[in-house]
Amino acid sequence: MLTCREVLDFLMAYVDGELPADEVARFEKHLAVCLSCVNYLASYRATIRAGKAAMRGPGTSLDKLPPDLVKAVEAARRALVQSGESE
Amino acid sequence: MAGTLNCMTPACPSPDPSQAEQAALLGRLRQGEDAAFRDLMDMAGGRMLAVARRMLPTDDDAREAVQDALLSAFRNLHRFDGRALLTTWLHRITVNACLMKLRTRRRRPESSIEDLLPTFLPDGHQTRPAEPWAPDRLERAETSEATARLVREKIGELPETYREILLLRDIEDLSTEEAAQALGISSNAVKTKLHRARQALRALLDPHMRADGGEAC
Ligand SMILES: [Zn+2]
Repeated sequence: MLTCREVLDFLMAYVDGELPADEVARFEKHLAVCLSCVNYLASYRATIRAGKAAMRGPGTSLDKLPPDLVKAVEAARRALVQSGESE
Repeated sequence: MAGTLNCMTPACPSPDPSQAEQAALLGRLRQGEDAAFRDLMDMAGGRMLAVARRMLPTDDDAREAVQDALLSAFRNLHRFDGRALLTTWLHRITVNACLMKLRTRRRRPESSIEDLLPTFLPDGHQTRPAEPWAPDRLERAETSEATARLVREKIGELPETYREILLLRDIEDLSTEEAAQALGISSNAVKTKLHRARQALRALLDPHMRADGGEAC
């Protein structure tokens, strides 16, 4: 039987579907009897989802660059072209 | 697909430009058409800035990184082989520009992650068994702005190199190999560090998310 320490060590491989089938079976045998690891697995998955939601959720993307930044980049690009550095 | 500038949320304001649109723009860029670069900024700039704002501490840093990335793209257009989408290529360049910026900004030695990792008894059980998280808090984690702010704050508390790995793999969707290349470390190191980063973030969120009370958020 795997220990909790081993289960937590292999958790990412399990979550990412990278454990070989026989390891998955050993893993799930442990989960069937260990509430702590079941809780940990659920919160580990939730952490990944919460991170994505917080960083990529509504209000975190924007449609266009601010006009002043567009102007600044355009000016810097022209300076590059004029200095012949672009080729 | 990993690593495109795809926006994964329904609230995303604009769809990805099509492959055909991107190919047409690339052609115009390569011919040196003057207006093409502005169209490139129009097409991808907003998303590049969103990436930079996720990765960098201040808006000034984010703007500088986007400027660096756009100029780098302009200089290196001839190296882009066109096998990936233009937006995917620009995403990589933006991530790299942000990493460069983080390198120059890094000021103090990194704090240890050990305190945020699970600990075990000699028999292999966790020292403190994991408690369940409350379903309603999990629900809120994906819908409430207050919880989103808490999660962003906790991501910000991760030791710097762990925060970088988490951002690259879980937020920007780079593959293990892409993240390894961007950071100059091995794929195995990426995997180990990502697992630790997730465990540390989980530990930081745990008191706020537990069903048995903890702090409300
Ligand atoms: Zn266990």
